[in-house]
Amino acid sequence: MSWSRDEMASRAAAELKDGYYVNLGIGIPTLVSNFIPPGITVQLQSENGMLGMGPFPFEGEEDPDLINAGKQTITELPSTSYFDSAQSFGMIRGGHIDVSILGAMQVAENGDLANWMIPGRMVKGMGGAMDLVAGVKRVIVLMEHTARNEPKLLRRCTLPLTGKGVVDMVITDLGVFTIDPEGMTLTERAPGVALEKIRQRTEASFAVRSGLA
Amino acid sequence: MNKIYCDAHSALAGLLQNGMTIMSGGFGLCGIPETLVAAIRDSGVSGLTLISNNAGIDGAGLGLLLETRQVCKMISSYVGENQLFADLYLKGELEIEFNPQGTLAERIRAGGAGIPAFFTKTGVGTLVAEGKEIREFDGDSYVMERSLVADLAVVHAWKADSEGNLVYRKTARNFNPVMATAGRITVAEVEHLVEPGAIDPDQIHTPGIFVDRIVHATSLEKRIEQRTVRKRDN
Repeated sequence: MSWSRDEMASRAAAELKDGYYVNLGIGIPTLVSNFIPPGITVQLQSENGMLGMGPFPFEGEEDPDLINAGKQTITELPSTSYFDSAQSFGMIRGGHIDVSILGAMQVAENGDLANWMIPGRMVKGMGGAMDLVAGVKRVIVLMEHTARNEPKLLRRCTLPLTGKGVVDMVITDLGVFTIDPEGMTLTERAPGVALEKIRQRTEASFAVRSGLA
Repeated sequence: MNKIYCDAHSALAGLLQNGMTIMSGGFGLCGIPETLVAAIRDSGVSGLTLISNNAGIDGAGLGLLLETRQVCKMISSYVGENQLFADLYLKGELEIEFNPQGTLAERIRAGGAGIPAFFTKTGVGTLVAEGKEIREFDGDSYVMERSLVADLAVVHAWKADSEGNLVYRKTARNFNPVMATAGRITVAEVEHLVEPGAIDPDQIHTPGIFVDRIVHATSLEKRIEQRTVRKRDN
């Protein structure tokens, strides 16, 4: 059985440590906030200018001046601070954020990431993704293993890059991979997912952590 | 010197010219100078280059200026919420320059601070760095980005005094403080206008030196783009 979206988010949340400052992207990464392990405290950064992001408001308590980077209404916490966009990206680019968890269209075995543009189609823009992958200490990609049965983990990205050699870990519905200067390594399989199945659905070459086969 | 104008039209009087560059604050529809944008639309000024993180949505924000074809170029980081934008772009009626959001913010900050260019690691090895100088510092590669200034900056603040000292509210701050510094002329629309001394000087976000004209915006829509709520546990 492959992991569900919630199980993928839960697995990503297990990477968080007490005291971390974390930026979550739009899509499956947003779900990670539902699975913060008990006993640890993390502060969520929203790149539009907020640290210490709270949950969605109750109906009737929405504030048009208080949104996250996905433009959704949110709330503040006792720990919250607000700042302008230049300072927000100062903390991102300056390496002050511990982890960025974001989605991807393609990841290459050397850590290249593509998640902002498909040539020939209307391009929406990269938003803050290029700054996040360039500046945050650790980048974790959370994505489906394939798109329309085509591999997304590749030898080389074919789409325009968001960042070069920036991805440290990839969590898909089939398993977990780490990427370092030596290359990509499969470190976990989702329960009941055979290694052979992962190999069939992955174009990138990868090592398998000893004991995992 | 009086910085206070009675409405958005008079606050922009004499400032608008065809082909000019305008910075407009806001993230999505949060913290946008909506009455000033409407007044720019009503003026009919055209051929504009707009510097703004987003392009509004159909029927709101900078979307208003797209509907009337007053814009020829946008410098933005993300324009995904505007269908009209996509149509105009695909027809070749609109030019777009995408900047990474942090690079956009820093270009504006640098413009306001008198710094003509800077080096950043954002975008190195991507389309964004093509044709730009790459330099190595301490073993890592960085791309040179130029600063941005505008003929006019329009911003939204929560509170101002008559000196032009501004305070923003929550995430409506976003690009407004940096843009206020990078306009040759800066016009601020504010929700509350108070006497000097009514704002604690320690709490001022934008000192009045950056603000040339102020308009008290009394009727604001402040539309929510993605209303998202959670259920109450009973």
